[in-house]
Amino acid sequence: MLYALLCYNAEDVVFSWSQAEDDAVMARLAVVQDRLTKAGKLGPALRLLPTTAATTLRKSDPPLVIDGPFAETKEQLLGFYVVDCENLDEALEIARDLGKANPGGAYEIRPIRLFLPGGPVGAATAAAEPQGT
Amino acid sequence: MSDLAWINAALTAARPQAVGALLRYFRDLDTAEEAFQEACLRALKAWPQNGAPRDPAAWLIMVGRNAALDGVRRRARLTALPPEDRLSDLDDAEALAAERADQADYRDDILRLMFICCHPDLPAPQQIALALRIVCGLTVPQIARAFLVSEAALEQRITRAKAKVAAGAASFETPGPAERSERLAAVMAMVYLVFNEGYSAAGAPERAQLCDEAIRLGRLLLRMFQTEPEVMGLLALMLLQHARRAARFAADGSAILLEDQDRRLWDRERIAEGLALIDKAMRHRWPGPYQVQAAIAALHARADRAEATDWAQIDRLYATLERLQPSPVVTLNRAVAVGKTAGPQAALAMIAPLAERLGGYFYFHGLKGALHLELGETAAAREAFGRAIALAGTPAEAAHIRQHLDRLAADHAPAADLSPPPMSARP
Repeated sequence: MLYALLCYNAEDVVFSWSQAEDDAVMARLAVVQDRLTKAGKLGPALRLLPTTAATTLRKSDPPLVIDGPFAETKEQLLGFYVVDCENLDEALEIARDLGKANPGGAYEIRPIRLFLPGGPVGAATAAAEPQGT
Repeated sequence: MSDLAWINAALTAARPQAVGALLRYFRDLDTAEEAFQEACLRALKAWPQNGAPRDPAAWLIMVGRNAALDGVRRRARLTALPPEDRLSDLDDAEALAAERADQADYRDDILRLMFICCHPDLPAPQQIALALRIVCGLTVPQIARAFLVSEAALEQRITRAKAKVAAGAASFETPGPAERSERLAAVMAMVYLVFNEGYSAAGAPERAQLCDEAIRLGRLLLRMFQTEPEVMGLLALMLLQHARRAARFAADGSAILLEDQDRRLWDRERIAEGLALIDKAMRHRWPGPYQVQAAIAALHARADRAEATDWAQIDRLYATLERLQPSPVVTLNRAVAVGKTAGPQAALAMIAPLAERLGGYFYFHGLKGALHLELGETAAAREAFGRAIALAGTPAEAAHIRQHLDRLAADHAPAADLSPPPMSARP
């Protein structure tokens, strides 16, 4: 069964991390991700730009384009993982491991109904490239 | 990241909202800051044991308010009771719930707190220092390092700024739409001042932190004013400029021109965010100076090689900026684009009328020298570079001009260009 692990956290807090703190979190997450990759359990994983960069299309008639995220909440969707697990317990276990590496916030664990892996889009998107030094 | 680091980030993030609300209650900056400090100390004790509250800002406001009131009550035994109105509606038992409900109030609180730092009597360095201290919560030693001044001098600067602010404090009434929009404009200018202070000498890491703080304030403003295209433009502009940070200076500290920068060093994540924001802003069809400058920065960011830069479009955007915000510095920047599209002769003709007003401006002579150099007029180029080097404001600027002069001395004339910096608080 495929699960989406949706990462929610307070955006203003996450964007107050220093670069060093952010790097430390990413390094710890990489350890968990490596393990999942080796076990063949990790699908696409991504980190979103802040909600201030988001635009929403409301499906009214005609469809309405509005600025910002869909809803005003304390915690925002900041990224997600797709993982392949036997059952909910295993998905929870992975979320716990990720959670230990990444302070604050919450993971919403949602079984996936339809999964389209898509083409090689990662090569074309600049933001997804590893950061140059 | 340890729990402590996470709590520190949460306190930093909650700070503008919490200090802003406490300022509304106590109507005194020092009391508000002390109350917030006390609340932070209690958070550092309570949160590791009980976990962070769902709404850290509301917790800090409540605890800070109570702590400050305890202090007031204790002092009241020794001195006369404070006038009732100074305490406003502090014994409201449902305050916490009310705080949570009223996001609009929060927005005005934060805007007021930031607006206080933009007092017209405060010179730019004091505005910046005050904003970094009060809104961002940077410590005095951190700010002193960024400004390269002693802690004592910086402390004095902040004290003086606070005294002026207290004398002409911003109104505590809920602002009307016109007043709110005036405040927002002043605050945006102040945020850009903070950014430029860091950008103009971003070689030093302490300075670069100011750019990060300005960007954080820009994101905060945009979360509060999600549909304001100029706020999107300001944030996009800062992100796109700061994205070039790693490529802007050589190992010896000299400035590297946009054209010569290694574009692989540009920060793709910041560029992606900046481009997304300028795209959003332009959908509003309500242009303003920050958006136009961001659109220019975006054209540079989109060019993967210097030769791929769309100079004709940049020229048009500078023409728009000249209309929105007429200034000889804008015209000087436009001349760089004109030099690329119509040639150095046309650019020289464009900047000739600026000689009187920009005679004391480093970039004027730098650009003039580069244009003469391109035309092979070495004597005129040498003279202009000679003036530029005398007006250089930083060692990086001087080092760059020195390279031109050295090459001229070696009688070797490569194609050169010296673009002025992005529009800033400079003359």
